[in-house]
Amino acid sequence: MRAAALSYLALMLIIPLLVIFQDGLSQGLAGLWQAVTQPVAWAALLLTLRTSAMMVLINTIMGTLTAYVLVRYEFPGKPLLNALVDLPLAIPTLVTGVMLVILYGPQQPIGAWLERTLGWRIIFAPPGIVLALLFVTFPFVVRAVQPVLLSLDRSVEDAAATLGAGPWTIFRRVTLPPLALPLTSGALLSFARAVGEFGAIIIVAGNIPLRTQTAAVYVWGEVESENRFGASAVSVALLAIAFTLILVVDLIQSRRQEGGGR
Amino acid sequence: MTLQPGRLGKTPRERWPRPVDWRRRWLRRALVTVVLLYVGILIVAPIAGLVAGALAQGLGPVLATFRDPQVQKAFGLTLRISLLVVAIQAVFGTAVAWMLVRDDFRGKKFINGLIDLPFAVSPVVVGYMLLLLFGRQGLFAPVLQTLDMRVAFAVPGMALATLFVTLPFMIRELVPILQAFGVQQEQAAATLGASGWTTFRRITLPALRWGFIYGVTLTLARALGEFGAVLVIGGGIQGRTETATLYIYRALDERQYVAAYSAALALGLFSLLLVLGTELLRRREESRQ
Repeated sequence: MRAAALSYLALMLIIPLLVIFQDGLSQGLAGLWQAVTQPVAWAALLLTLRTSAMMVLINTIMGTLTAYVLVRYEFPGKPLLNALVDLPLAIPTLVTGVMLVILYGPQQPIGAWLERTLGWRIIFAPPGIVLALLFVTFPFVVRAVQPVLLSLDRSVEDAAATLGAGPWTIFRRVTLPPLALPLTSGALLSFARAVGEFGAIIIVAGNIPLRTQTAAVYVWGEVESENRFGASAVSVALLAIAFTLILVVDLIQSRRQEGGGR
Repeated sequence: MTLQPGRLGKTPRERWPRPVDWRRRWLRRALVTVVLLYVGILIVAPIAGLVAGALAQGLGPVLATFRDPQVQKAFGLTLRISLLVVAIQAVFGTAVAWMLVRDDFRGKKFINGLIDLPFAVSPVVVGYMLLLLFGRQGLFAPVLQTLDMRVAFAVPGMALATLFVTLPFMIRELVPILQAFGVQQEQAAATLGASGWTTFRRITLPALRWGFIYGVTLTLARALGEFGAVLVIGGGIQGRTETATLYIYRALDERQYVAAYSAALALGLFSLLLVLGTELLRRREESRQ
């Protein structure tokens, strides 16, 4: 069984990863650095990191709030809300992109209205990318925080309230600390997922170099125009980010298990 | 990594109702409203938009889209690749999960971390990696030429890409179940004289049933919607390597909006029903116990 499992993993995972690293490093580290910092590639990487960071910020706040509301409150429509959280996992990301264009595209009523009255351009602009990423990664933070929140002992919060703490103080000083690790791992996972996202972004952002082209879209363009080294270099950069994030998430999760498995 | 759709219990019922003062009540209303608005704008509105967009000219054009042989072919290809991938993943996913739980060797921790990687690798990079291996100037090109096999810009390459992308799902569903199941029952079976294979088939596999159900659902949902990786390795050649997602992309590009929206709606609905169906199955199982 071990032989079968290991050869499957070697064939599916390790050989493809090695080939791309070998290709990206074929001109040395200096060559790789030069290809990655070439203006169009660099702008694409920066845009990717910026929009993903923005998504993580919003997702962390709203994801925690959604989990909190789902665990602590009873209200009509709660089962429906709980089911809606998982929906993005079931919807192909390309379809997500199509949905957002239908809603906010410049030729659509809402999109045109937003642009005319508020001057907000969403589709073919960075806000559209952030919106697409938020849709795609919505379950990650909620589902990371929810089980931990569910297992918390509420008598500690009651004790804090008896001692005169306000709701915000209770949340910040009592509820939030045990959520820190799952929250971080959920946020990092959503960031990792966002950095590589392609299907939703290609539809929503278009493909304008230096302005709305993300790293994944840049790699696609380089592959199409047969610029092999440019594609490999940015791919290696993306893989390095993915590796690091997955490593950190793994570390956090094993630390949580050692810490008594909250 | 834990991403299990809606598998959470209900809040434990409190013994006494909590006293709620009016300030708390307003806070609660405000927070619930904010969350409902957020989910409404972020998730519900786009879905409603897609439904409205597809049905903008009535049901006729939607139905006409699915009578188009191109569309039927694209959906057929998606289904074929997805089912193949699910079958392979079920077999090798079990092997890998078994190895991760029961086997012990140096480097196991590293392998365990590696399994989650496909989750974070960009689909475009996945497709490109396979091109570097199987493309015209790829590493395996000479071998493929002598065997007269085509992988890049053909269905085998697309299946490989989908396999890479869906690798973690089955394994991550099976590992915790296998861990919780332990070895006692297997040992009992062995003491009673069952062979290794019989024990696996009659004891281990049935215990893994729910892991398989979830694993298949998640793998299938991901495989049906894969776009970037199959675009790069398959090239989206009309009638040959065009899957459902690639058809949607082309239809948008050619400004056939109703066709694109209808196909997107069908694909989204299909994955959705899949996940919902599994959820209902679980509820029925739970209420039976």
